[in-house]
Formats: sequence, structure tokens, C-alpha cells
Amino acid sequence: MLQIMEGSHAIAEAVRLCRPEVVSAYPITPQTHIVERLAEMVADGDLNAEYICVESEFSALSACLGASAAGSRVYSATSSQGLILMAEVVFNVAGMRQPIIMSIANRALGAPLSIWNDQQDSIALRDSGWFQLYGEDVQEMTDQHFIAYKAAERHDILLPGFVCFDGFILSHTYEPVDIPNQEDIDAYLPKYVPYNMLDAKDPISMGMYATPEYYHEFRYEIDQAMMRSAAALSEAGKEFGEIFGRDYSEHVVPYRMDDADVAFVAMGSICGTIKDAIDEMRTDGIKVGLVKIRTYRPFPEKEIAKALGGVSAVAVLEKNVSIGSAMKGAVGPEILHALNGTGIGVYSYVAGLGGRDIRKKDIRAMADLAAQGKGNMFYGLREEVL
Amino acid sequence: MSTETFGKWYREDRLPHIFCTGCGNGTVMNCTIKAVDAMGWEIDDTIFVSGIGCSSRAPGYISTDSLHTTHGRALAFATGVKMANPDLHVVVFTGDGDLAAIGGNHFIHACRRNIDLTVICMNNMIYGMTGGQGSPCTPVGKISTTTPYGAAEPAFDLTELAVAAGANYAARWTSYHVAELIKAIRAGLETPGFSFIEALVQCPTAYGRRNKFRQVGEQVEYMRSHAMLLQKKRRLEEQGKDVPDDMFTVGEFVRRYRPALGVRK
Repeated sequence: MLQIMEGSHAIAEAVRLCRPEVVSAYPITPQTHIVERLAEMVADGDLNAEYICVESEFSALSACLGASAAGSRVYSATSSQGLILMAEVVFNVAGMRQPIIMSIANRALGAPLSIWNDQQDSIALRDSGWFQLYGEDVQEMTDQHFIAYKAAERHDILLPGFVCFDGFILSHTYEPVDIPNQEDIDAYLPKYVPYNMLDAKDPISMGMYATPEYYHEFRYEIDQAMMRSAAALSEAGKEFGEIFGRDYSEHVVPYRMDDADVAFVAMGSICGTIKDAIDEMRTDGIKVGLVKIRTYRPFPEKEIAKALGGVSAVAVLEKNVSIGSAMKGAVGPEILHALNGTGIGVYSYVAGLGGRDIRKKDIRAMADLAAQGKGNMFYGLREEVL
Repeated sequence: MSTETFGKWYREDRLPHIFCTGCGNGTVMNCTIKAVDAMGWEIDDTIFVSGIGCSSRAPGYISTDSLHTTHGRALAFATGVKMANPDLHVVVFTGDGDLAAIGGNHFIHACRRNIDLTVICMNNMIYGMTGGQGSPCTPVGKISTTTPYGAAEPAFDLTELAVAAGANYAARWTSYHVAELIKAIRAGLETPGFSFIEALVQCPTAYGRRNKFRQVGEQVEYMRSHAMLLQKKRRLEEQGKDVPDDMFTVGEFVRRYRPALGVRK
């Protein structure tokens, strides 16, 4: 049954259904509504979990790591500065192979201070060993939490994951959303069975020194698990679709790509605007399509190469900037690699940083630029303030 | 405050400010500016540093140079400022979430080093800017969005913490005690080494309305009627008499002259 719900509250409902045993987080805009609602659920007895109020994001994820090592299903949420403050622990969680799921309400990074949306925060941690899913709307980002736990906890995966969604644009928006019932989720996502855990009867150590003879192989193992997680996420998404009617088996989703000359590549809520702009351009006879990336890590290179195979130019809309890089955006070079040898032009457009609106006419302008072979730039600079 | 003093220290072009109607932060800012002005300090030799939170917006409205830093780290940034240029008068605005939670470690170490800063903590006992989550200074039993049936963990006594950690000056007042607060801030500015002034402030939006203060004035009246002078508390204790549980202490907790860092003599 569809209910009108704020994005953050829909995520809180999804998390409740996943039955985490420990939740820990620190207030940060625009994530806060999620954990406020979870704190209320714990206090009301609607969620049988420990809610740990901590003194910083660093402590929040540290407490989560401890709880996960002790064998619990664990949840946290953060944004922006909070995620960057957690960075040391983020790498450790992946290194210790704890399948923690964390929601990221994407927000720009300081300085200057900004509470508004772009995707710099999660993209800055793309190399940390957490898989990264991006939701386009409230339903998708809500469902991705179930899928994330299902895939992360598999004993052949054991990796943590981010579920990313645009701060304010999705976290604070009310949309109709279908929240599954507990019985169905219990069947889909049974109780967490740790692969190993801290247990006084069978002691193990986690996070110990690895000498140069071993460290290299630890990193390799994490990468191999990440590559395997592509299939695990796809299977979890397929099974979810069979039970709940919404299929998430695909890591990339094409839109009007059949005869497209120019294709957009994007992640998150901007895909909705791009689809509208594409519909308008199509009416005007311009053959444009979109390839939406749902799974950014592991990077779905083969799927992207297949989806973009027939086009002449690709416009990558980047809500991030890799400062000092040739293409400017972080996603573009990976698309370029996926299309290596095809001769297809790939151009990045850095746009929408710090919450600036991206309008349909901007999408159209980017399509024009890509068709002319121009790109790898900050789009829409206000020349008068430079 | 005279119009002239106001015009000198405040950036009127930045008004209106973001503080909610009835907020106590403006009172604490005015008390600070009065004390700074009375010291004879100038805009060019004074700097305000802050972290993140409602309190930390204060330097943005003041004409001096200011450094608006990351959450909890104001003291670490301020330490750098002072060590690089000990001739600057460095004043830090912070709040209970910024100072006692995420920045707690910096707080105790700045006290331990006894670096020559004056720190004014606007303690509203909650995270105001993010909408009212429980902080390490939310009193036991009080309601916040993350403690919907009352906080269970004990709160920090920030001023006692400053004393124990080594600050040369520590005092606590409230936004009701304007004259005392100005005097305490002045004493803090005058004392070489780390000076800590805690100002309890009313927060009608995030704290008051959840905790049975229906009007702004009710929380201010609570601060007036529940503040017990430190000397009186000690006297009661010496006499073996009970100190009521719902009273909090105000006054000057310490003024001493231990060797301090960053003092140019």
C-alpha cells in the first residue's frame, strides 16, 4: 500500500524492518530525521535495538564497528562532514569485513560551509571498500537498504555498504512509497549470521598488524569481494523484485537509449530531471537517452559499455569534482575506460555543486556541448563573480 | 550598549541574524562585546573563532577577523592562531555540542596546555541548529528528539571540567545574569592562560518547548531562581546542610596564575 512519507522517515521504516540490533549516529543536516525517527522507535519499543547517542560521527561508526564485531546487525547514517570525519573508521570497517549499512544523505563538503546537496562526500570515499548504491527517488533509496543488507551479509561478500541519496532533494521530500510488511522482510532478510565474531569461548583478534608480507593480499581480498558483490547485489535485487514487485537486479538502468546519439550518464535524483529533459528533446527530434548508475561501487563497467555501445557521444553529469583532474568529474574517466577503443566521445560536466539547481535547459545545453565534442568542465559558472 | 560601540563591533550589513526569537545567544554576544570593548581592544588586534552550531554563527556578525571552522575543532584552530601570532587577542565562541561532545578532547587539552584564549560557551543543553537532539549537557530526564522519554545519561559540568583540566580561569553564569556575565568575561579576558566562561542560555525552539517552558521568560526565570552562588553551595556543604537537587551553581570557580602557553611578556 502506498503511503505519503518523508524520504528520511521511509528510510527509518526500512531500517526498522531490517531489525538492526545496534544503531548509532550523530546529528548532522540533512540526515538527522532518519536517526531521530529511529531513536523514537527504540524508545517506544517499536524497534528492539540499542540506540547509542554518541559525541561525534567518529564515535558513532566506531561504536557500530564494535557492535558489528560482536556479532550484531548494525546501522548508521550520516552526511558530508560527518562522513569525512568518519573516514578513518570507514576504511577500518571495510578492512575488518564488517557488513555495516550506512545511509548517506549526500551533501557538499566545506569550506566554504554548505548544507546543500552534491555527491562529493560519498564519492570522496569511493576507494574505501564500501559498495555504493545511489537512489533516484524515495522508493528506490528505501528498497536499496534491504538489498544492501542482504548482499553485504553473505559470507562470500562481507563488505559494508553506503546507500546514497541526495540530501534535502530526497531526504526531505514527501513521496508516495510502499513500505513492505515485517513478515515478508523477515523471510527476505533472515537474522544476521556472522561469519566470525568476538566470542570469549573462541577468541579471535580483528584489525591486527599485517606485515608487508601479508598486507597486499588483504587489500586484494577486499577488492575480490567487491567484484563478487556485483552479482550478490544483482541477485538480492532480483529476489526482492520477485517478492515485492520492484526489480533491482540491474546496476545501470537505460532510459530511451534505443536509438540515442547522445547519452547522459548520471546518479541519484537528477536522473528524474534528465528524463523530463530527454522527453522534451525527443519531441524536438533530438535523439538523447540516459544511463542511470545505481551501483557506483563495484563499478558496473561491462553493463555501462553495453548500454552506451551505440551512441556517438556521452555526457556525464557529475555532482562532484576531482580537483586537478583532466576530466574534472570522478565518474567520467571510468566511463571513458569502459568505452576504451570505441571512439565514443566522453565528456564530464561538473554541475549542481553545493545545491545549485540543475534545470532542464541546463541538461539540454550539456547535450548540445557533448554533440559538439566540448566538455570536461565546470558547467554554468557565474562569470560575473569570478 | 551605545550605538557607537554597537556600530564599531557589529556588522550591521549581516543583520538580521539567524538566532530564533527569544534565543539567549544574542545576550551572551552583547556581554562579550561589552567586555572586549572595556578592555580597550581594537578590531584589528582581536579575532573571534568558532566551530559549528548556533553559537558558532556569532563571529559572522562581528567586525573583527573571524575563523568559522569545523564542528568541535574551534579550540584546535584557535591554538594555531594564537601560537602563530601571540599578539592577537583570541576569543572563541562555542556551544555544548561543539565543545563538550565532538570537541571534548580539544577542550581538555586546551585547558591542560593552558593556552591564552578566552572561551565563551553558550550552553543551551541541546543541539539547537540540527533541531533538538540530546547533547552531553542535556540534564537527566530532559526531553530531546533523541531522548524522547528523557535523557538517561548524566550531563557534563563543563566549568568543573575546565577547572580539573587546568584552566587558569573558569566561571559560570547565565543569560539572565547579564552584569555578572560581563564581569566574568572581563576577568577571563584579563587572566593570562586559558579562560573558560560558561553561559547557560535559553533555547525556546529546541529545548524550552519540549521541557515545559511555554514562554521564553519561564526558562529565564528558571535560570534566575535555580542558580546558586558557588560560595553558598560550599557554605551549605560545610554546614552539613542539603543542597537542593534542582539547583545549579554559578560564580567564579577558579582564578589562578599557573604558567600559560602563548603569553607574550
